[in-house]
Amino acid sequence: MSLLEVTDLRVSFPTADGVVQAVRGVSFSVERGQTLGIVGESGSGKTVLTQTLLGLTPGGQISGSAMFEGKNLVGLSPRAMQRIRGKEISVIFQDPLTSLHPLYKVGWQICEMIRSHDKSVTKKQAIERAVELLGHVGIPRPRERVNDYPHQFSGGMRQRAMIAMAISLSPKLIIADEPTTALDATVQAQILELLLRLQQESDTALLMITHDLGVVADIADNVLVMYAGRAAEKASKRDIFYQPHHPYTKGLLESIPHSSASNDRLKPITGQPPSLITLPPGCAFHPRCAYVMDRCLVEQPNLIPVADAGEHKSACFLPTAAVGLTEEAEDLRKQTVEMGRHAQAVKVAEAIAAAPESEGSVIA
Amino acid sequence: MSTVRFLIRRILTGIVVLWLVSSATFFLFFAAIPVQDVARNLAGRAASPAVLQETINYYGLEKPILVQYGHFLGNLVHGNFGNSFYYQEPVTTIIKQDLPATISLVIGGTLLWLIAGLAVGILSATRARSLFDRLATVGVLAGISAPTFVVGELLILIVYTQLHQHGIGFIETGYAGITSGVGPWLGTMILPWVTLAIVQAAVYTRLSRGSLLDTLGEDSIRTARSKGLSERRVLYRHAVRSAMTPVVSQLGIDVGGLLGGVVVVESVFGLHGIGQQVVTAITNGDQPTVIAFVILAAMFVVVANIVVDLAYSALDPRVRIS
Repeated sequence: MSLLEVTDLRVSFPTADGVVQAVRGVSFSVERGQTLGIVGESGSGKTVLTQTLLGLTPGGQISGSAMFEGKNLVGLSPRAMQRIRGKEISVIFQDPLTSLHPLYKVGWQICEMIRSHDKSVTKKQAIERAVELLGHVGIPRPRERVNDYPHQFSGGMRQRAMIAMAISLSPKLIIADEPTTALDATVQAQILELLLRLQQESDTALLMITHDLGVVADIADNVLVMYAGRAAEKASKRDIFYQPHHPYTKGLLESIPHSSASNDRLKPITGQPPSLITLPPGCAFHPRCAYVMDRCLVEQPNLIPVADAGEHKSACFLPTAAVGLTEEAEDLRKQTVEMGRHAQAVKVAEAIAAAPESEGSVIA
Repeated sequence: MSTVRFLIRRILTGIVVLWLVSSATFFLFFAAIPVQDVARNLAGRAASPAVLQETINYYGLEKPILVQYGHFLGNLVHGNFGNSFYYQEPVTTIIKQDLPATISLVIGGTLLWLIAGLAVGILSATRARSLFDRLATVGVLAGISAPTFVVGELLILIVYTQLHQHGIGFIETGYAGITSGVGPWLGTMILPWVTLAIVQAAVYTRLSRGSLLDTLGEDSIRTARSKGLSERRVLYRHAVRSAMTPVVSQLGIDVGGLLGGVVVVESVFGLHGIGQQVVTAITNGDQPTVIAFVILAAMFVVVANIVVDLAYSALDPRVRIS
């Protein structure tokens, strides 16, 4: 049994401008001790998706299920949810500068979490544990720093403190929501390394939310690519990088800057992600897709197994054999598109081709 | 250590402010107009030429202005505000008489409006856009719009008059010092407190509601929830704590200002506090009293600001000097 099994999760928010469909039927599972990377642009629903698991999306209308160790997290009573938060599933948020409470000492904030789940721990024991944890995540002189306020920590150190807090109760699952986005590049690498090390030590499962495929390459076992609130592609890390099927995944890969001194220009995905209030009909990606076909305008593709492996799934009408970045795969795609593209789809394709490249978004 | 140094620096700035205020007062009253007028201002409109000459001699009004200025400041430092010609007694005696009523009014009123304002503000923020919140908004609007004298008169009409008609004499007007017993003191203070609190509580409800709504949306509150804390703890230990900083600074400004005199409430209930006395002094042209109360009011504001700064550094480690 998987540690976490999410089935057809849907989250929407009624607003004055209309209903925001943030998550539109996503299913995935996380195994014990494994890392699932959830990748997507801003507004793809990845943050809402994970916060919904812990009931942190007030005002959202939620359906579907999220089974965590036999308990459905959707519709759990507030009290039962409190016992899971921090103890069973903990979260590391994106911005370490604002995630810690500015008016309380870092150590106090860690102790508060420990003691709120286990009343038998004394203040002194909790402080000792906090010192130990801060040392463990690589904060120098933890015994002194435990009495510092967050503003006395650098951004990287604050994120380390957040991580110390997240692992303090040895949770079974850690949700890391873009934990490195707000940090500079060298610190990013250190934080990822730390997460990886801690995960290997404790056999914790990790749900890594990111817009950065580089991060996924570093630490994920499996990857879920999200687009406009739905899963575009779901596969092992290997398959995502070497056998991508969905044009969106392919676009993400091609927009990664390579550090090697190649003169290739980045290929951004043209256009912007759609508004989650007024989604395009059919496949939500079709207005930006170079392989747009007639049926993409009217029919919404579902996740189906592609290539030979049963675990590799993609939500695209291109032939299931068309995986990877090889010329054969590209030929297969082109042939299919030629047969499947008429009147309306031709217009869409021409609009995409005519769009200036500068308007596209480089995501990696 | 740093707090002591911080305090010393703030006290020194406070003294500079007081010096500026008293200097401005001095030059307005003593230097900007002819000596005869100064003497008339000090001795009262009805003073005879002999009395005027006596006043000129007493205050040394014909001496060089800088000498007078030094004398004026020297007196201030010793707590000597001169004599009120109107009451024929030292101004300090008048201050001692009137201050207890104002202090009673302000402290009691502050407690009342803080409790009411914060309670309604917090409930409104946690139940934003609920029926309670909407009713509270209407109440706030009514409280802010209602003129103090109308509220005061209404309370007298409804509570005081009704009780007296039914032979219950607990609520009285005027001021009974706390030395005359807690009962009588409460009897004279309750209505003024409520009057003062109604207007102020409205301001504090709005302030705390807005501030709390802002903090409830902050990332650190989401973190607190994700730690598995109870909603009550998230609200009070995390959100309210952050939301209190603007309330504290507003409180300092209000209390400092009000201690200088709550003219309308004091007058409506005949409390004979500082505010009422100032108005009387202005009407009577009792200049020494007016000067003293101007400086006294400035002092309260200065002290309140220092207290706010101290409270701020106690509340928020980021403004502490390391």
